[in-house]
Amino acid sequence: MTNFVRVLLLQDYNTRLVLCGTLLFGACGGVVGAFMLLRKKSLVGDVASHAALPGIGLAYLIMESISPGSGKTPVWLLLGAGAGSAAGLYCAGLIQRTRLIKEDAALGIVLSVFFGFGIVLLSIVQSLPTGSAAGLTEFVFGKAAALTAGDVASIAVASLIVLSICAVAFKELSLLCFDEAYAAALGWPTRQLDLLLTSLVVAVTVIGMPSVGLLLVVAQLVIPPTAARFWTDRHGPLTIVSGVLGALSSAIGVLASALVPRLAAGAVIVLAGTGIFIISMLFGTRRGVVWHSLGQFSARRRIGQLDLLRTCFEILEQSIGDASPVECDLTAIPISRHQLLDARTWTEARLRNVLAAAQRDGSIRLDADGNFRLTVEGTRLARRATRNHRLWELYLIHFAQTAPSRVDREADEFEHVLEPDLVEQLEVLLEQDRVRARVPVNPHA
Amino acid sequence: MTVAYQRRRVLWDVDYAAPAGKLTAIVGPNGAGKSTLIKAVLQLIPTASGDVAFFGRPYREQSGRIGYVPQRTSVDWDFPIDALGVVAMGLYRKIGWFRPVTRKYRQQALAALERVGLAEFASRQISQLSGGQQQRVFLARALVQDADLYLMDEPFAGVDAATERAIVELLRELRSAGKTALVVHHDLQTVAEYFDEVLLLNNRLIASGPVEQVFTTENLRRTYGGKLALLDLVGSRMSTK
Repeated sequence: MTNFVRVLLLQDYNTRLVLCGTLLFGACGGVVGAFMLLRKKSLVGDVASHAALPGIGLAYLIMESISPGSGKTPVWLLLGAGAGSAAGLYCAGLIQRTRLIKEDAALGIVLSVFFGFGIVLLSIVQSLPTGSAAGLTEFVFGKAAALTAGDVASIAVASLIVLSICAVAFKELSLLCFDEAYAAALGWPTRQLDLLLTSLVVAVTVIGMPSVGLLLVVAQLVIPPTAARFWTDRHGPLTIVSGVLGALSSAIGVLASALVPRLAAGAVIVLAGTGIFIISMLFGTRRGVVWHSLGQFSARRRIGQLDLLRTCFEILEQSIGDASPVECDLTAIPISRHQLLDARTWTEARLRNVLAAAQRDGSIRLDADGNFRLTVEGTRLARRATRNHRLWELYLIHFAQTAPSRVDREADEFEHVLEPDLVEQLEVLLEQDRVRARVPVNPHA
Repeated sequence: MTVAYQRRRVLWDVDYAAPAGKLTAIVGPNGAGKSTLIKAVLQLIPTASGDVAFFGRPYREQSGRIGYVPQRTSVDWDFPIDALGVVAMGLYRKIGWFRPVTRKYRQQALAALERVGLAEFASRQISQLSGGQQQRVFLARALVQDADLYLMDEPFAGVDAATERAIVELLRELRSAGKTALVVHHDLQTVAEYFDEVLLLNNRLIASGPVEQVFTTENLRRTYGGKLALLDLVGSRMSTK
């Protein structure tokens, strides 16, 4: 227990260090990933990371041959990684220029070929007398726990540079992602901006390799922005939330792996990110599945109630014939289930549900013979629902030039969103008497 | 100007001078190269040969004076941005590199939205706008540039009657202010009513000039009829095989 608290309160120097490094990387990945998501090029991150492997292998071999023993200097290896990523993306561009192979296939080809070549190089390194490939495979799977202060300093500086570039060039990059043709027409150098974005991706890949490893870097580029999408509908906040979620998943991952021994931080970071994504998808305030379903459910319920009440009113209108609906006591007239089924095309099950809900709400009651009657409250609501519907129909016929035959369906869709002030406007438009709740005559009759 | 996609010539030897201060329609059948013409002129696609000059100068020098309204389908409307954000993009050039979009510019964007009648929709997410409203947002984005020449690619495609009327009104306002507009238009019935000049295109320039003189049955037959005749020929060939 004390260990738990100790880690959480960041009293452990090593944990603090690792947290720092991965937090900044997480934010970085989230922000750059947001642009790539909007540009619809999320796979580019995957290619950049996989293509880095042969770069690392070649850098090691070159360094070893120049000055033996210095092959594993991180700086050179990372430079090699960057060069490998850049080369991979360049090849992907070349393949796409043939116009025969589209982006997804081109990226797939490059990803596999480069990574395969990288594995071959690693096995060559393994077979050399000088040493194991252990230092190199750390770049593949990451070794967050082994980050030194120097590593973290470099990561911090690089991340801050990347984040500043994103902040400063935010509107230019957003324009590129939204409407490249328009940007070009306006005179923006779209090719250079695209190059900038790609460079940022390569930079993020290189930054992330010591901590999460190159296989999982792409996760930090893809998962935070997709999670952020469920929380906001504007590109500015999206980028910021994406950065925050990236940093959050890093934090959770690092702390979790510090608590449980032998748990690779990189993998846990990705799992934490996935958890955040699932939560966002379900509960996100903008498009979360849960809110959406609840919204749909309540809308369907409300519409069902209004339709039922309006149908009841229309049936009652027919029963009373020429008498005015205002004067008659509508609560005394029974309506049978049969009449309701005939009036609209709803299934028995739906009708049953809707009637049950109406009874619970108190707008309809069951009488002794098994028929339904409107209550006083129900009558009021039914009158209003029918009035709104008819007003809208009249408006469509007279002002929007809709043929009377099509009006019912259109009115069905709109009446449920009629607000009181809109209804007032309609009444003024149609010169209705507003003092008495008079219902216009059915235009279909 | 000639534009080719690999070996296939899409636009062939088009030699045209657009009259200033007028509304010109670019008309032709599908595949005639109307969109290609606009894109090539804006240097969005490469030309095989030919020169384009704007007000006598090359495009690079004049791009600030040219407003472009691309086809509504050219963009993913699920992008997380509101109508005001899209219109503000027309001002990015004026704002300059790396400077933020300040309140002053947002006001200008709002003014442009008012001109197209969408002021209340300023903070509406663009995926929630109707087709006509989206088209008007694009229009506002071009208007906010306060350009002298407007190139519009099918602005009337798939819009409702109210939006169509609004766009025509706007075009007329532009003309009274001395601006020029070249508009790719697909509805032959409204060409004479909305536009002063017309450019008939079918991979080649068939005819161009004032609507009353050029928009004749003969010219239309040459623009559209060519394709129909070819289809007849192909049809008869296939039936004899």
